[in-house]
Amino acid sequence: MLFGFSWDTSHGELAFAISILPILLMGLVVTIEASIAGFAVAMVLGLIFAVLKGAPSRFISWPATFITEFFRDTPLLVQLFFLYYVLADHGVILPAFLTGCLALGVQYSAYTAEVYRAGIEAIPKGQREAARALDFSARHTFTHIILPQAVPRVIPAFGNYLVSIMKDVPVLSVVTVLEMLGVAKIIGDQTFDYLVPLTMVGGIYLILTIVCSGIVRYVDMSLPKTGIPLK
Amino acid sequence: MTEPIIKFDKVVKKYGTHVVLDELDFDVKPGEKVTIIGPSGSGKSTVLRILMTLEEISSGVIHVDGEPLWHEERNGTLKPASEAHLKKMRAKLGMVFQQFNLFPHMSVMRNITEAPINVLKLPKAEARDRAEQLLKMVGLTEHAHKFPSQLSGGQQQRVGIARALAMRPKIMLFDEPTSALDPELVGEVLNVIGSLAAEHDLTMLLVTHEMRFAREVSDRICFFDRGKVKEQGTPEQIFSNPKEARTREFLKAVLEG
Ligand SMILES: Nc1ncnc2c1ncn2[C@@H]1O[C@H](COP(=O)(O)OP(=O)(O)O)[C@@H](O)[C@H]1O
Ligand SMILES: [Mg+2]
Repeated sequence: MLFGFSWDTSHGELAFAISILPILLMGLVVTIEASIAGFAVAMVLGLIFAVLKGAPSRFISWPATFITEFFRDTPLLVQLFFLYYVLADHGVILPAFLTGCLALGVQYSAYTAEVYRAGIEAIPKGQREAARALDFSARHTFTHIILPQAVPRVIPAFGNYLVSIMKDVPVLSVVTVLEMLGVAKIIGDQTFDYLVPLTMVGGIYLILTIVCSGIVRYVDMSLPKTGIPLK
Repeated sequence: MTEPIIKFDKVVKKYGTHVVLDELDFDVKPGEKVTIIGPSGSGKSTVLRILMTLEEISSGVIHVDGEPLWHEERNGTLKPASEAHLKKMRAKLGMVFQQFNLFPHMSVMRNITEAPINVLKLPKAEARDRAEQLLKMVGLTEHAHKFPSQLSGGQQQRVGIARALAMRPKIMLFDEPTSALDPELVGEVLNVIGSLAAEHDLTMLLVTHEMRFAREVSDRICFFDRGKVKEQGTPEQIFSNPKEARTREFLKAVLEG
């Protein structure tokens, strides 16, 4: 019994599968929530790192580069344990779910920062020059000229990272987040049948990533290539 | 003698060891229409880009409208200009680019009003009124709500001109404004520039290979060669009776090519 649902082990595999589907779907909701929260953190933090890495002063750009390299080159699990156990030792106790989303977001911010930077650097330099000739502030240039043109270019790459984040969510089960794979494992532990729940998890993941990729492709196609239009 | 509105004083611009402007002395009087001609790589664009503060100078002093452009006077000595000073100076100049550099995600109207509203802090209605007048002047009234990609190159460049004028600059810089255009679209852009040239107060600095047009609208032609003014004079002097062999060679090549 899990989340108030119990499983049916006495009427064959199909009945078992049907009985655990609602439980796995509860886990799926957590997986999706964690993916979206982690992705949101990665989007925001990545943008901040992208701006810092592109800062004119080396005192800002070098540390930012170092930190993102560090995030990228250390395993997600290490970062997760660090946030969950080391911070707790120092009195910062975060709920497991929040810690997991943060760890995902931090790890992926290193990648999204690169995506933002590539998107920003792909803007022809004439755009910055025109903005400077018209005397826009650096801030206005970034928010109204550069970013609206960069975002549509980077959407496909972001979509791929969203799918990767989803596939990394099971790592959070080691800090007790009950996402879909963790749920499947508990079912297996209790029923001694791992095949059915794990196969179902695989299938659900497949559907999820196909749907996600479809959405990303649709969003990408419907975005104007010249930038987010401002009338 | 009126004071020049632009004055280059032994200006050097280098990229590494490559000298692009070689102790350049160069003046423009208020309201004067000056065309810069010269071979590719002679530093024509660099002069305009330095004036627009897109490029720093290596040494020398430039005065614009009575004040040093890249320097500030503090305690009687010239110090490198602060961003605030550059901002103040930039307001005196407008630039039209070879590649137009319109903002592709903004409507024509927004391209023209974005800076007046956000930089000059004009009320929106006023900025729009002014944009409409400018669009009328460049003959694009019906295109206000289109995006740049929906316009021809000639139309885009006319928007580029309107966008620069919307900031009410004293000095307009044109860097080969028709070089990226199909030949049949050059005329409509030159017409607009020509009508601007009739404005008494506006100082214009134009880089172009359109020699006939330069002859019609310019008060003075400057021939640039290797980062210096090799020869200058009235259009009549330069086109009909060039003194320097380099000028003759260049004109021969351009007029025949
Ligand atoms: N960013 C740069 N780095 C190095 N060299 C440059 C750069 N910009 C321009 N130059 C060089 O400066 C010289 C003058 O360029 P420019 O003023 O654009 O010439 P023009 O407009 O007369 O053709 C050219 O030789 C060009 O290669
Ligand atoms: Mg040039």
